[in-house]
Amino acid sequence: MRHTVGALLRKELLVEIRTLESVPGMSLFALTTFVVFHFALNRNVVEGDLAAGILWVTLLFAAILGVNRLFVADAEEGGFDGFLLAPVDRTAMLVAKALTLLLYMLVLELVAVPAFALLLLGPPLGQALPGLIAVLALADVGVAAIGTLVAALAVQTRARDLFGPLLALPLLVPIVIGAARASSPVLAGAHHGGPPARWMLTLGLYDLVFGLIAYALFDFLLED
Amino acid sequence: MYGKGLRALSISTVAVMTAALALVFFYAPLEAEQGFLQKIFYVHVPLAIVALGGFVAGGIMAIQHLRTRDPRWDMRSYVAIHMGLIFGLGALITGSIWAKGSWGHWWVWDEPTLVSFLIVFLLYATYQPLRFAIEDPERQARYASVFAVTAGAFVPLNFIAVRMSTAYVHPRVLGGTSNLPGPMALTFAVSLIAIALLYVTLYKYELTAKHARAQLRALRRRLLGEDAAARPVRRGRSAAPASLHPAAMMTARARAEDGI
Repeated sequence: MRHTVGALLRKELLVEIRTLESVPGMSLFALTTFVVFHFALNRNVVEGDLAAGILWVTLLFAAILGVNRLFVADAEEGGFDGFLLAPVDRTAMLVAKALTLLLYMLVLELVAVPAFALLLLGPPLGQALPGLIAVLALADVGVAAIGTLVAALAVQTRARDLFGPLLALPLLVPIVIGAARASSPVLAGAHHGGPPARWMLTLGLYDLVFGLIAYALFDFLLED
Repeated sequence: MYGKGLRALSISTVAVMTAALALVFFYAPLEAEQGFLQKIFYVHVPLAIVALGGFVAGGIMAIQHLRTRDPRWDMRSYVAIHMGLIFGLGALITGSIWAKGSWGHWWVWDEPTLVSFLIVFLLYATYQPLRFAIEDPERQARYASVFAVTAGAFVPLNFIAVRMSTAYVHPRVLGGTSNLPGPMALTFAVSLIAIALLYVTLYKYELTAKHARAQLRALRRRLLGEDAAARPVRRGRSAAPASLHPAAMMTARARAEDGI
């Protein structure tokens, strides 16, 4: 299992490095969205609730760009067929794809969060960073689990670019709630403390439940 | 075989609906603060509860479909979710009217139950487009079931998350009937039963109609040959699963054996 996941993950990253189809697009989209928010809200600096909201909406929509691309190559170039011919556990593909999406998110955030601090965030990022990293990590796991399941579901439909976001957004609303509430005190500046434990717990539980759901259901999306 | 008990069910639904409406208008006392407006509660809350129950039931039927691969479970899951959507729309509209009446706005964001209901509704609104977008009937059934299970599990999770996120103003009904005075609690219980019966009746009607249509198509095919089968029975635009009725499958098998 670990070997299979490793091989699949290597393949995914190799394809991404050679084609650069997802991550650069996601990062650029996030930067552009910050600029759009600056003009749309007519604010030079944001903090607290507003900062958390802008950050999470941007990250979410950028993630959906990655979700839409996640299985397209496999569906169009016969990657599914090749994988199904191999005598390996099908869950390996779920794990590999989810890890791929997780890595995409991490790279996206490496670009988007400093850019956000530079362009829009009022309070300095330095002291917010530890709390923010914890929230980002928990939310990314949930996005990866839900995104992979939804991407596998949407890729076989006729209007796949449409169904990815339509299915993913409602399922991701609880993640947005948890992540935005957890990071808003962190982004509100000094002496507001870390992310509230209640929201971190919610995010963690949601990740766990959707990880299990994706694990239980993914096999059914792969048999043909 | 599907129409069995439908008449008795319909009659009891009408009877209980009538009783519920009579209780709502003539028995239940006027609420002190909201007055007559509060009576919409006897329609709105049962609609919402039954719609959510239908979604979860659709998810359980979908699990059954994934386990047994029996297309009839897919049909049941489809009908359960379809009816849940209709009841859900009713709950959203009545909830909106109630919000307008008691808070002065058609939509109130700081009310977790309404908000989470909207999120669930938006998710389920993609169920039928999703079915339309997958052509192969077997894959359509499988993918729809995966969606139904995911969304069915999402229903309670979403409610917990949204409820946590907002200041609490909605009258809590589930597990809280004890705070209702006796006559109101009785009226609410009868209304809930009436709406649930309405759901079951409509569910059975749709299921029966779908099967009757499938049988009709199979019979036409048998009578008129393959040409008639190519010209489908007029069914409008529906995302319902393609018929995999046992009778239809049997004729298909018989034709295959005859070498037609």
